[in-house]
Amino acid sequence: MLSDFPLLTLIIWLPIIFGIAVLATGDDRNASFARWISLTGAILGFLVAIPLYTNFDIATGAMQFVEHRTWFERFNVNYHLGVDGISMPLILLNCFITPLIVVAGWEVIKVRVSQYLGAFLIMSGIVNGVFSSLDAILFYVYWEASLIPMFLIIGIWGGANRVYAAIKFFLYTLLGSLLMLVAFIYLYQASEGSFSIEAYHKLPISMTPQILIFIAFLLAFAVKVPMWPVHTWLPDAHVEAPTGGSVVLAAILLKLGGYGFLRFSLPIVPDASHYLASMMIVLSLIAVVYIGLIALMQADMKKLIAYSSVAHMGFVTLGFFFFNAYGIEGAMVQMISHGFISGAMFLCVGVLYDRLHSRQIADYGGVVNKMPIFAAFFMLFAMANAGLPGTSGFVGEFMVIMSAVQISFWYAFLAATTLIFGAAYTLWMYKRVIFGAVASPAVESLQDISKREFALLAILAIAVLWVGVYPFPLTEVMHTTVEQLLIHIGNSKL
Amino acid sequence: MNFIPPDFAPASSEIFMLIMVCVVMLADLTAGEKKPYLAYLLTQITLLGCTILTYTSFSIESVQTFHGMFVDDSMADTLKLMIYGTVSAVLVYSYSYIADRGMLRGEFFSLILFATLGMMVMISASHFLTLYIGLELLSLALYALVALRRDSVVATEAAMKFFVLGALASGFLLYGMSLVYGATGTLHVSQLTQVIQSGASSKEVLVVGLVFIVAGISFKLSAAPFHMWAPDVYQGAPTAVTLFIGSAPKFAAFGFVMRLLIEGLGEMVSDWQGMLVILAVLSMAVGNIAAIAQSNIKRMLAYSTISHMGFLLLGFISADSNGYSSALFYVIAYVLMTLGTFAAIMLLCRYGFEAEDINDFKGLSKRNSWYAFITMLFMLSLAGIPPMMGFYAKFAVLQAVVNAGFVWLAVVAVLFSLIGAFYYLRIIKLMYFDEPEVTESIESNNDVKILFSANGLAILVLGIFPQALMSLSLFAIQNTL
Repeated sequence: MLSDFPLLTLIIWLPIIFGIAVLATGDDRNASFARWISLTGAILGFLVAIPLYTNFDIATGAMQFVEHRTWFERFNVNYHLGVDGISMPLILLNCFITPLIVVAGWEVIKVRVSQYLGAFLIMSGIVNGVFSSLDAILFYVYWEASLIPMFLIIGIWGGANRVYAAIKFFLYTLLGSLLMLVAFIYLYQASEGSFSIEAYHKLPISMTPQILIFIAFLLAFAVKVPMWPVHTWLPDAHVEAPTGGSVVLAAILLKLGGYGFLRFSLPIVPDASHYLASMMIVLSLIAVVYIGLIALMQADMKKLIAYSSVAHMGFVTLGFFFFNAYGIEGAMVQMISHGFISGAMFLCVGVLYDRLHSRQIADYGGVVNKMPIFAAFFMLFAMANAGLPGTSGFVGEFMVIMSAVQISFWYAFLAATTLIFGAAYTLWMYKRVIFGAVASPAVESLQDISKREFALLAILAIAVLWVGVYPFPLTEVMHTTVEQLLIHIGNSKL
Repeated sequence: MNFIPPDFAPASSEIFMLIMVCVVMLADLTAGEKKPYLAYLLTQITLLGCTILTYTSFSIESVQTFHGMFVDDSMADTLKLMIYGTVSAVLVYSYSYIADRGMLRGEFFSLILFATLGMMVMISASHFLTLYIGLELLSLALYALVALRRDSVVATEAAMKFFVLGALASGFLLYGMSLVYGATGTLHVSQLTQVIQSGASSKEVLVVGLVFIVAGISFKLSAAPFHMWAPDVYQGAPTAVTLFIGSAPKFAAFGFVMRLLIEGLGEMVSDWQGMLVILAVLSMAVGNIAAIAQSNIKRMLAYSTISHMGFLLLGFISADSNGYSSALFYVIAYVLMTLGTFAAIMLLCRYGFEAEDINDFKGLSKRNSWYAFITMLFMLSLAGIPPMMGFYAKFAVLQAVVNAGFVWLAVVAVLFSLIGAFYYLRIIKLMYFDEPEVTESIESNNDVKILFSANGLAILVLGIFPQALMSLSLFAIQNTL
């Protein structure tokens, strides 16, 4: 392939163009047409992203597939794209999840089909843009634009309390990102007229501004991750979102926050990051332990998985702030793996919800008697969520705990409690939903999963097991980048 | 004494406009009964003619005439061209609204043209008196426009409030100008700077005069704490008139601030900077917080205007061409958004039904998904969400503010715009998440359909490619200062 082929532009805009085409199919009379166009677009979107992996040079930590064009000169803003070992796996994850979401909504979404699918495709393209932007304003535009489709998805196709959840989701995320915008503008002045993220990496900044910038970034990214105590939008949004929305939210949108820490907070303000690391570690540990306990008490399956997402993402932020290779790579693996597992868990709940229209654990029981194949899949994902060795959930958590041991026994000890809590809340929920006697006539009438659902869960199961058994292809691509990042963070910018 | 006639060429478009206003009035007087659309057509022709005149005589250099009382420069021409376009769009949007309500008569159009002429004079003024004459021409026409439905109680009340407070503001301005004249002995914008620089003027008198001038400007801009008239007028006036008041005069207000504060009293930047900071913060606070409590859409948009004027003032605070051009970009974006938003309200109005309540937007996406989509673009843009144009406007202004060293002000501004996002989102919520109360489909003429779509897509396209407008605003400012 030619080296100057605008691959990233294609990866960003192909889904968006397909999304607009899907929107143009109009009302629900053309629903099946809209579905097929979306599936084509989503699969093409994944296929064009594959060269990103196959042509990726693992020997360098520099940006690859770089595209650089002037966007608007007035403020020296450029259409500057590129990926490294941190963003490339996340783009692949996003392109991988998008077709699954289209398929997941295939028969379930019956009203305003074209708008639903169009919104997902457009969002997929926008998220690719977030991961590949190397210009702060370009990044910000994609970052904020991703709110719009998600806002509509939750608000239009969500459950009973959807309006509250949608507006809370939007305003929480907007709060963080607006302060990030001010930080960008400040950096623009400090760097004498540049919005290049790579230029910011090299820019010397004194301690007080570093801390203020760190806090501005923290608010933006912490809300997205979400970290304790700004996580409260997530359970609301998850519970009210349609299945596809929950999957995207958990699998993709939360990763934007984690990515932000690696791309912005750590390299741009390394001294503030070191200075405030203990605070970040404590916040992350609270997420891991306290939110784990909260998850235990949930009566609603989606809420339980949402809280478990917060706890697992706590591991991600924990790994970042140990400043060693195990920690950051572990956190990266955890992000990818959480994308698979949480996506799969929400799909499983979606399968049940489509049949009984209830998310309450108490309404189920004995599902295994009626849906054995589904129960097997659900078992695998529940085990992965609990961090069973051999699944992807184990790899990331294990690496982060290893890195915590190097810093302090107590950090490692507290982090490791997740293995207990995670197992407790996931398996307890599994037991109550799947095992036991058939709970009600409704459960008695359940049909096992269709071929469509089987295909979805099987693909995710393969991914979970593959990363769990052989994570090397994943860690290999990020290794050089992480090494360089660590060297960079090690040097003071004062 | 020999009388040397002044050079009329720089004022050709104003003169043409004045003649045409008389033509519109006469034509309507003689043929208006039978052909009510005649005045509309003539008005559009007038605007087109003015556009051609201004465009062909576009002057990059600053040309003064009428003994230095009138100036033609790139900023004036740019603003005028934008005003013609805006007024023309206003007329297209309002045609069926005013026709349904029996206002399709010469008065409406001639008053609009008079107001437009007032704006043009304001923008081209290089003397405080010219500035004032233009302002009064604009204001008087607007008072009459608001009261055009004389049988409507709210409209008359609004006009009364508008008139009394407007007159008070004019009084403030005049008093301030007279103090400035007392201190410096000149009212020529271009001479003021030299006189103040030379130090021959009394600083105390000047500052007192400045305070009155800034207060007068704030009235006209509807910046808090001088904003009280705006919600009542926006609500009380016929929607077509609100659309007009909310759009084109903002360009004139921008020109007004530029001529008065920046060109005239630019030497006193350290004095007015602090005042503008207070006005800006208050406007953003009052506008955004009060808008949340409104259930009348026009009132809500009035408060939204107040908050946007606060944001606009931020652009002036940095006191350099970077900031002014950001403010100009902000005005352009704001006018485009206002046009579309009020057009959306008028689309919901039917014969004998005024869409006033925000609940009238309920379920719009089910009644007409395309209009709902376009209205959503306007709301997102007003909230400053990229990739809409409103974001770049906010971004440019914030950049100017940070550049001037007011990082805290930028933080305050973004926090208030977060509050603001809530009530714009509420409209999107009503359109998309709620069920419609009436299922009637929305009908409109083709020209409105096309213009409304173009207006909405412009918000998106100019958001994705903002460079052209940004350079235009920079060009307009740089050649003036």
